[in-house]
Amino acid sequence: MEGTIEIRWHGRGGQGAKTAALLLADVAFKTGAYVQGFPEYGPERMGAPITAYNRLSDHLIRIHSNIYDPDLVMVLDETLLFAVDVTAGLKTEGTIVINTKQTADEVRGSLNGYEGKVLAFDACKISIDTLGKNFPNSPMLAAAVAVTGVMDRYRFLEEMKASYQHKFARKPEVIEGNMKALEISYDTIAKLMEQR
Amino acid sequence: MSIRDRMSGNEAVSYAIRQVNPDVFPAFPITPSTEIPQMVSAYISNGEMDTEFIPVESEHSSMSATIGAAAAGARAMTATSSAGLALMWEELLLAASNRMPCVLALVNRTLSGPININCDHSDGMGARDTGWIQIYAENNQEAYDNYLQAFPIAEDERVHLPVMICQDGFITSHAVENIELLDDAVVRDFVGEYHPEEYLLNPGKPIAVGPYAVSNYGMEARKNQAIAMERSAEVILGVAKRFEKISGRSYGFFEEYRTGDADVVMVIMGSAAGTAKAACDMLRGRGRKAGVLKLRVFRPFPGREIAEALSHCRAVAILDRTESYNANGGPLGCEIMAAMYKKKLRVEATNYIYGLAGRDFTVEDAAAVFEEQFDCIENGKELEQYRYIGLR
Repeated sequence: MEGTIEIRWHGRGGQGAKTAALLLADVAFKTGAYVQGFPEYGPERMGAPITAYNRLSDHLIRIHSNIYDPDLVMVLDETLLFAVDVTAGLKTEGTIVINTKQTADEVRGSLNGYEGKVLAFDACKISIDTLGKNFPNSPMLAAAVAVTGVMDRYRFLEEMKASYQHKFARKPEVIEGNMKALEISYDTIAKLMEQR
Repeated sequence: MSIRDRMSGNEAVSYAIRQVNPDVFPAFPITPSTEIPQMVSAYISNGEMDTEFIPVESEHSSMSATIGAAAAGARAMTATSSAGLALMWEELLLAASNRMPCVLALVNRTLSGPININCDHSDGMGARDTGWIQIYAENNQEAYDNYLQAFPIAEDERVHLPVMICQDGFITSHAVENIELLDDAVVRDFVGEYHPEEYLLNPGKPIAVGPYAVSNYGMEARKNQAIAMERSAEVILGVAKRFEKISGRSYGFFEEYRTGDADVVMVIMGSAAGTAKAACDMLRGRGRKAGVLKLRVFRPFPGREIAEALSHCRAVAILDRTESYNANGGPLGCEIMAAMYKKKLRVEATNYIYGLAGRDFTVEDAAAVFEEQFDCIENGKELEQYRYIGLR
């Protein structure tokens, strides 16, 4: 990795935006990068808009403030497009990834005129197809890894498998579904990036 | 051998507690320090440490139980934040005046009201005259390192005072960052076994703890406590030297960042110091000689050393993350200006209040403070000596 990548995550309480940010920090850490992963706390309640952040860098990170000019924005819930200014400060040469059933062109109309790269994919459907439940954060994590390139596909999947085996030691039946969700999401985003 | 890892500030302090393995840890949960007793009790139930964990019904009790355990001769600690520290007020004074070498992991959060869970230093600063040593951290690494140094400072026979290890709520406590950890064996060797000289449960040498002192003795007891606080300075530096040998990381009363030739120095404490350093680099890029003095040890207050470090600059910006409601300035502002006066140092000094109740403090905020100070020294701009940053 060269320089610093700043990422802002938008989700709703309970969707796992914070967990996704912490997992992305984990992934980047394993490549030797300097990392920060942190949530912004307000009133804590299920469904309220929440924000989490990542700084990933090739050098020591000293700054301890929120991120106002991100390189990448990850939106876990498309209903937030009408509640939060998700593209605020997002660099024109940056990227926004949105969990939505709409296409990128359709969803762009809800982005306050943002002119940079928009990647739209249905993380909910991937989650329901693979896990039987709507947990958009694993697909969104894979999307963030694909966009930033912090780790290559093979190593990312190997690392996550090891991490899931540890995390889900008592319910190994969910590991396969989670791995499938990561693979499909990574490949979907990689393909969208090629097309553009 | 150091272990490269990544963890949050609360995880880092909990990891340090596991390594130190104190005898007793009474606690009552409060955001954002709740994870510390939570993680430590997980370590205990997993058999990774054998600390006696006492779940109590309030912070008044957690500090009381900590003092009781310390008086009995145990190595004792607790953790809290904000209103929890406020509820300990009476006991904080007892811990210090009874010369209990216990440790408190404080995760700084504002005091009410309006009620708010986010960071500022009003809790720690509210306890600044309770007789506790106070050490503040910029990041997770420092929170971990400071915690490991806490018991050796507290237990030194020249000190026998409680130590508060402070880190910024959420900003570092809940942020995952890179960290270098030490081996368990290295930590245990560094912290050592605790053998109190005198303790309550010693039938061979009975003592009284907390007796009434008539006027003939009360004043001397207080003076002795003040002497212990003065002496703790050399112990803090000695422990830091020893810590450097096992970690390679050096600590003092404060850290000076690019202050050598600086015209403007910003004095700041806690996580915002890192942000200030980034702003300092930005100013240097513009050809402005900026520097940062990050205060680590707030009690004992290294006033003489700070004034000496500031004696070569032309303007000082002193940043407080708390409001003192004294119509005069924040704790750092008042104490540093007093220290400058004692040294007969006539350098322009401005006291800024920032980051209250979790208000974000950005590189741009810090850079604006530096620019304002340069405007003062170059163009004679006059500033009120006590002002706010980031106020809407």
